[in-house]
Amino acid sequence: MITDFFTRAMVAGIGVALVAGPAGCFIVWRRMAYFGDTMAHSALLGVALGLLLGTDPTLGVLAVSIILALILAGLGTSRKLASDTLLGILSHSALSLGMVALSLMQGIRLDLMVYLFGDLLSVSMMDIVWILGGGGVALAMLIALWRPLLAMTVHEELARAEGVRVAAVRGGFLLLIAFLIAAAMKITGVLLITSLLLIPAATARRFSNSPELMAVLAALIGAAAVAGGLYGSLLFDTPSGPSIVLAALVMFLASLIVGGRRFAR
Amino acid sequence: MTQDIMELIGASGINLSLGGRRILAHVDLTIGLGEIITLIGPNGAGKSSLVRVLLGLLRPDKGVVRRRAGLRIGYLPQKFTIDPVLPLRVDRLMTLTHRATRNEIEAALTETGVAHLAAAQVQTLSGGELQRVLLARALLSNPDLLVLDEPVQGVDFGGQAELYRLIGDIRKRRGCAILIVSHDLHLVMAATDRVLCLNQHLCCAGTPAMVAQDPEYLRLFGPRAAQAFALYAHGPHGHDHVHTLSGDVAPLDHAHEGPCPRRSGA
Repeated sequence: MITDFFTRAMVAGIGVALVAGPAGCFIVWRRMAYFGDTMAHSALLGVALGLLLGTDPTLGVLAVSIILALILAGLGTSRKLASDTLLGILSHSALSLGMVALSLMQGIRLDLMVYLFGDLLSVSMMDIVWILGGGGVALAMLIALWRPLLAMTVHEELARAEGVRVAAVRGGFLLLIAFLIAAAMKITGVLLITSLLLIPAATARRFSNSPELMAVLAALIGAAAVAGGLYGSLLFDTPSGPSIVLAALVMFLASLIVGGRRFAR
Repeated sequence: MTQDIMELIGASGINLSLGGRRILAHVDLTIGLGEIITLIGPNGAGKSSLVRVLLGLLRPDKGVVRRRAGLRIGYLPQKFTIDPVLPLRVDRLMTLTHRATRNEIEAALTETGVAHLAAAQVQTLSGGELQRVLLARALLSNPDLLVLDEPVQGVDFGGQAELYRLIGDIRKRRGCAILIVSHDLHLVMAATDRVLCLNQHLCCAGTPAMVAQDPEYLRLFGPRAAQAFALYAHGPHGHDHVHTLSGDVAPLDHAHEGPCPRRSGA
């Protein structure tokens, strides 16, 4: 039993960051930032669903994310989607629908800010179980998918010709992101989840000469951002989610100076 | 249909339409043990689509593809670019889908003359170096058939001749069959056993010698004529266009002298 709220926040935040870093590398490599946003914004709809059904909101988020992942995977194979426009429509519609649904619910007083921007310092033991459980599933999937996913990221057709089952791997990756979003919602909130995926990966690029090194560095940088952000949040009494994002940003800016052009082109 | 014992892979009666556009019509082809075949045709002739049908990446509307059981294919795709945001060394690229030992990687890279690039980042390679690395990668699985889609793209003129020599050497050394897709004929001819001309259907096919004997061919590929005339043209079976050196299709404004070297039946 972890009693101290700060320790709880640290465990949950670092746990998610360790998975978000490597998964975020694929978001960066595959240029799926908008995709991540769409998935994350739909999480609010999941919160509404969870409250409506009287279950844990995280379960609702997971359900909605998985459904959306399957829809996007299906659209992806039919080659009709992939357009920013459609993702943008989906993303903001899901966010608005979630907000409207929450506001229509009677008798529920909840702090929207917590869901939009996260509140890591308020996580309960139950939250930790959800977060580490979801993060653990995402990590296991990432390890299993790593090789085929990397192969199809480099060249999808070549990977297919060499036996990679592209549609299944793509679907698996979207499911992984769904689990990750459910786990990360408490930490940065739906509006900032994507930053936990993108910024550590972008920071790690400067110091990496292999995909595997970049993934490990992104995990460590993400964990450091969580630790730094939480301390800052405690020190200056600022909201924890945005503080974590700013800590990551500071590291990214520092990497531009320190990393120079060692491996970058 | 009986399968030729020498056949590695074959296709018959392939029809393919994509987005309502006819891409391939009644294409028959067979690739035998250790053969080098060059598939030529203008842009949009369906060369890459035919390759993708053979590789099982595209399902044809009609027709069948026969593969010898356990056939190993090494594939070099037409377009290969890696985003600079993905750090990738050459030796890691080699083992994306197949695992290989350090020695095997080095041997394959040595065979294509780029062993010194094993630790280089893929994005820093020149066009010729990248093609050699990808060729080495295709060799790693010890293929019975190499499928090379426009292998000299982005390679300077001197490098192209060298690359074709290397491809010929690989066949000599390993005895694997090779299917080369190209829109430039003259350099390919030296090493190839059979040339197939594709423009939705197979217009003509034959040994390089047969094609080379064609006065039309000599006229078209003579050093001075090469710039001014079309690559190849087919009068007798209803073509209304010629294919220029750059691979563009132009209206037919001159008559065909004599028939094609050989009609269809690849």
